[in-house]
Amino acid sequence: MEILVCARRVPDTSENEIELNSAGNDLERDDLVYSINEWDNYAVEEALQIVARVGGNVTVVTVGGEDDEEILRREMAMGANHGVLISDDAFTGSDGRGIATILAAFVRKGQYDLILTGVQAEDGGAQVGGMLAALLDYPFASLVNSVEVLDGRKLKVSREIAGGNKEISEIDLPCVLSIQTGINEPRYVGMRGIRQVASIPIPTFGASDLGVDPGAVGQAAAKVKRVDYFVPALGKGAEMLHGSREENIDKLIELVAAKGGLK
Amino acid sequence: MARIFAYIVHKAGVADDSAAELAAAARKIDPAASPTAIVTGWGADLDAVCATLQSHYGEIWKVAGETFAYPNAELVRKTLVKVLPPGSIVLAPHEHFGIDLAPGLSIKLNSAFVSDVLGIEGVEGASLKLVRQEFGGQVSAHVGCDISSGAVITVRPGAFKPLESAPINGIVVDKTSDVGALTAGRRYLETMVAESGDVDITKHNVLVSIGRGIQEKDNVALAQDLADALGAAVSCSRPVVDAKWLEKSRQVGTSGKTVKPKVYLACGISGAFQHLAGIKGNPFIVAINKNPKAPIFQVADVGIVDDLLEFLPEFTNKVRELHSVSPK
Repeated sequence: MEILVCARRVPDTSENEIELNSAGNDLERDDLVYSINEWDNYAVEEALQIVARVGGNVTVVTVGGEDDEEILRREMAMGANHGVLISDDAFTGSDGRGIATILAAFVRKGQYDLILTGVQAEDGGAQVGGMLAALLDYPFASLVNSVEVLDGRKLKVSREIAGGNKEISEIDLPCVLSIQTGINEPRYVGMRGIRQVASIPIPTFGASDLGVDPGAVGQAAAKVKRVDYFVPALGKGAEMLHGSREENIDKLIELVAAKGGLK
Repeated sequence: MARIFAYIVHKAGVADDSAAELAAAARKIDPAASPTAIVTGWGADLDAVCATLQSHYGEIWKVAGETFAYPNAELVRKTLVKVLPPGSIVLAPHEHFGIDLAPGLSIKLNSAFVSDVLGIEGVEGASLKLVRQEFGGQVSAHVGCDISSGAVITVRPGAFKPLESAPINGIVVDKTSDVGALTAGRRYLETMVAESGDVDITKHNVLVSIGRGIQEKDNVALAQDLADALGAAVSCSRPVVDAKWLEKSRQVGTSGKTVKPKVYLACGISGAFQHLAGIKGNPFIVAINKNPKAPIFQVADVGIVDDLLEFLPEFTNKVRELHSVSPK
């Protein structure tokens, strides 16, 4: 099975406090620590586990710039066979549709049986996988939390629906799945593993390589644009306890007891 | 102004809460709008849903078919592409069906797409100004959406309050004959119901709920100790289940359990809306988090900024001391 995983490098929320800049219109981007989008990492692990069962190759692709190579190498250190960077000035400012258009052009250049994305990235868009499937006229399943390869070019997939229930379907290949966190336990990647793939060349493709019309992507073609960031005016908010730890605990016990929270 | 449609999610003959919320969202886009509901389904369930929609929508378009007895996003997408007029604005709830349907629909309609919208600020020219959140609610963003060739928008459940107006007694229009036979590359097999687990967190009055801030599996015991001292149960947010530190049956949220405790101690939980949506009944919420900007502090009653791994054992000891001195 030839599997393509679409991945993205994002600010790591476990390493950063996300704050606005002094002008108040964008994030404070200095000193942000980046990593692979968490959902995408689960997708790569799932691809590796499928290939371990049925054979094949895993390619990880990202649309971005030179800095984004680091996540490709990280996923190659996990075991992905190939990393591909798609980069072109014309792609800057693309909306979800633009990114899906670029990825669709890349998919058409190859022969993939299965394409995985993460369910969403840090912006919560949850859009590129479904758009990519529609552009390619492939079947799609979102929120996938298990994948089983069946005979006859089909998969059995489970989707996470409400209340912890699972919706089981079969889906024809080739298809696109958006992978939910928790589907597997992504393997650990050490510095040593990353050093071992540090010198492997990463092919880079631009708009002309992929046959993408620069007018159909990028800032100018984007129908959806972020205007600014802001922090909404707080409602009442919590009553913050500012005492010493001991004082806070005493106060908390008093409050919790008053609400019937002590046995 | 483009015509506005709301795709209605329903189950067992009952429309989802989002049905009335989408009608309210439509009027935020265009106060003069008379949004149209679109509902696909089969049999008596479909008719029952259409009847309840008549109080919120002036017109209800229904598409009936045995293939819609269980909702399939690919079939619904093909249906909507056939029946919707060009340039329509389509609203759907941002839940598991809307997430499956909406992005691909926007491609096939050649329209703009914005997901998980929680505010609508109005239209200027061809641009609809919307509010979203990023980074799990740590920041909000205004988004401009060019609606000149239509738009597909998923709306966060619970973000828009249903309008309290007199029922409008809408008409039901059967669009089934516009659709014809459809096939899909994905076929529904069955639903696997969640296992109940060893502890039923929905039955407890006090929950000690842990999130990513608990840091590692061994630290779960710190929360369990406190829960034991309080006579409470340990629940959690999604990252704890993803890391396999607790069973799925302990998860509070849209993809886990809905709980109604009296007291909810949110320990190291950032407060993403998917988690908060699982907390009902207006409990007394205490948030303990080392990040003073965590969104959980916006919804909690009481907040403490502290290191969980030091705070929890001291809290537990204090509760134990109280029990040992107070007469039973």
